[in-house]
Amino acid sequence: MSGFLHRHPRLRLAGLLTPPMLWLGVAYLGALAALFITSLWTVDDFTGQVRIEWNLDNLKDVVTVPVYRAVTLRTLGVAALVTLIDALLAFPIALFMAKVASVRWQRILVIAVLTPLWASYLVKAYAWRAMFSSTGPIDWALAPFGMSGPGYGLPATVITLAYLWLPYMILPLYAGLERIPDSLLEASADLGAGPWLTIRRVVLPALFPALVAGSIFTFSLTMGDYIAVKIVGGTTQMLGNVVYDTFLTANNKPLAAAVSMIPVVVMLVYLALVRRTGALENV
Amino acid sequence: MGPSSGSRRLLGVLSALVLVFVYAPLALVVVNSFNTSRSFAWPPDGFTTEWWVAAWHSQAARDAVWVSVQVAVVATAVALVLGTMAAMALSRYRFFGRDTVSLLIILPIALPGVVTGIALSNAFQTILDIPLGFLTLVIAHATFCIVTVFNNSIARLRRLGSSLEEASMDLGAGPVRTFATITFPMMRSALLAGALLSFALSFDEIIVTTFTAGAGIQTLPIWIFQNLFRPNQGPIVTVVAAVLILLSVVPIWLAQRLGGADEGITSSR
Repeated sequence: MSGFLHRHPRLRLAGLLTPPMLWLGVAYLGALAALFITSLWTVDDFTGQVRIEWNLDNLKDVVTVPVYRAVTLRTLGVAALVTLIDALLAFPIALFMAKVASVRWQRILVIAVLTPLWASYLVKAYAWRAMFSSTGPIDWALAPFGMSGPGYGLPATVITLAYLWLPYMILPLYAGLERIPDSLLEASADLGAGPWLTIRRVVLPALFPALVAGSIFTFSLTMGDYIAVKIVGGTTQMLGNVVYDTFLTANNKPLAAAVSMIPVVVMLVYLALVRRTGALENV
Repeated sequence: MGPSSGSRRLLGVLSALVLVFVYAPLALVVVNSFNTSRSFAWPPDGFTTEWWVAAWHSQAARDAVWVSVQVAVVATAVALVLGTMAAMALSRYRFFGRDTVSLLIILPIALPGVVTGIALSNAFQTILDIPLGFLTLVIAHATFCIVTVFNNSIARLRRLGSSLEEASMDLGAGPVRTFATITFPMMRSALLAGALLSFALSFDEIIVTTFTAGAGIQTLPIWIFQNLFRPNQGPIVTVVAAVLILLSVVPIWLAQRLGGADEGITSSR
């Protein structure tokens, strides 16, 4: 058996590839395909069971009913805003880590950035619930100025999501900055560029693929989130909530399947757009 | 960008502010776990260890931890096998459709969690007629854990190159023996790092879990989420949250001890 495999590398390859491909290619892709097919079925009004009756009503509803468009636009807006905030927060610390800090500080900072990544997602969302609570520290700090915090709602959702996904932006940016040779920055300075000009004309263009790689995470994670929104979002509805409510609360699996096609299409379009930037190698 | 000390200092200050933003909410949870106020009034009017004692005796929380550990261990075991196989196939062979295979591996984390969750739930319930439970939950978790093992393994395999394996094969060792005596020992720390990440990912997951666990299974994240909005459970949830925050130091510490395993855990270099 072993000798036979030895002489047939293609068989070895097939042996290695078959189990993971059965799992991901057949089971997982199959489940995604089945989800799409389910969106073409309907739900029995009386029993609540899925009935195989082919129609395009669910998909049509998703495209035409205004509330889905509003929720989609809101979710896209939040995802874009979260990505922007994360990029703005991640850039200075990633730059400091990669180009300014000593080797010792570099190690310490990498650990400081990574440790919260290991803290539970739910715990971090919960921490912001305490931050934004009406008896919490934000309202307490603003009270002397006669102001109060935003409370639970859309702004709290944006801040919490930006907080949750921040390490996913810092790490690719840091790796991208590490790859830019110092000599390139020195050359730019020797040619008379100040730090801002160097950042704008040399660093940012070279960093673009890393930025896109980070944005895949911030976008995808925001598009699929409904837990953080429930914890700090008050009554805010995002795509994830609509899918959740339709699937579990309303028990309308075909309609939920149709709604879930929105984030799938958005992410597939996004991945197709960024493929050419070489960002996928940075993921 | 030139040795301008002004811009260096500015960067240092900005970095410090980002770190404050990262750590302040976590510190708040830890402080609040000792807060005498049930509604976590800030600033705290007193400190108590009462909630810690109550959390220690909470049977529901303990049960949930145990369920989460079981799920994470089994899902990680599956992911270790499948992720390593895929990494060896992609790093050691050139074949048609390689890019598609690597895209397929990252798909479960590239697609929003709610999509993976309802796709699997729908496939189990509507198509395959399998009742939701431990089995379906483990299958779902393994699906998105494969990529973490894969990433760590393939980075290591690429760095090692294949010359040692070829030498072993040239000397007459079969593929199984070559893997057991050459490849596996060199991959060990990368596999450990991948397993650690995979365990943490599974232990923490709630979105896919909600859709694939069914009503009978309560993992720790599900328990936390269900008790989050109950005022009388608030302090216990806060203690559990504080414990999880403090425990997040453990994998980093382990990674430092492992030394060579820093591909996935402590840096992306």
